[in-house]
Amino acid sequence: MTLMNESIKRAEIKPKYCRFKKNGIKYIDYKDPDFLMKFVNEQGKLLPRRLTGNSWKFQNKVAQAVKRARHMAFLPYVGDALK
Amino acid sequence: MNNYETVFILNPVLSEDQAKDTVEKFVKVLKKANADVINIEQWGLKKMAYPIQKKSTGFYNLLEFAAAPQTIQTLETEFRRDESVMRFLTTVLDHHAQTYNARRRKGEFRKNKEVRERKTAKEEQKA
Repeated sequence: MTLMNESIKRAEIKPKYCRFKKNGIKYIDYKDPDFLMKFVNEQGKLLPRRLTGNSWKFQNKVAQAVKRARHMAFLPYVGDALK
Repeated sequence: MNNYETVFILNPVLSEDQAKDTVEKFVKVLKKANADVINIEQWGLKKMAYPIQKKSTGFYNLLEFAAAPQTIQTLETEFRRDESVMRFLTTVLDHHAQTYNARRRKGEFRKNKEVRERKTAKEEQKA
């Protein structure tokens, strides 16, 4: 009896999608901290595309918006248990 | 002419009237430079995410205007000269941002938020 890897059930893995492309959002507002909170972890760090599923274009826009929000103190640079 | 948006934070030590006067001062600077002021918003005293100059609150203000690019320099030197301005940020608005801001001015997004808040309040009451 040899050890075998279990086959991956492809149907269970949900395909990732970019929420901005899907919902037709064109502009990301840096003045809206509640929305930007979706893209940072509880320390206030930006989440990677691997986790958010954003396209390259919109991940860059999110990063720009979060950085602007940090400058204007809408979001903290460093946080602890934000969520 | 480009469309710009400036958010700036005023020192919370000022009284509300003084804060209003300071905003008017900057609006005058813009008008002197032949800029069209599209929108002025004063959000009042807001809590900041982290302390700036050892203050935890500040008067947030928003200016939206159409102006020639050189105007930004004169406006920003005015911001730097004024000690009551704690932070400022000017951004260029592309056409997506302009449509977004037009909808924002009508209060479409605020309505959504109010509805959401009402919903959560109702759920809390039920719980």
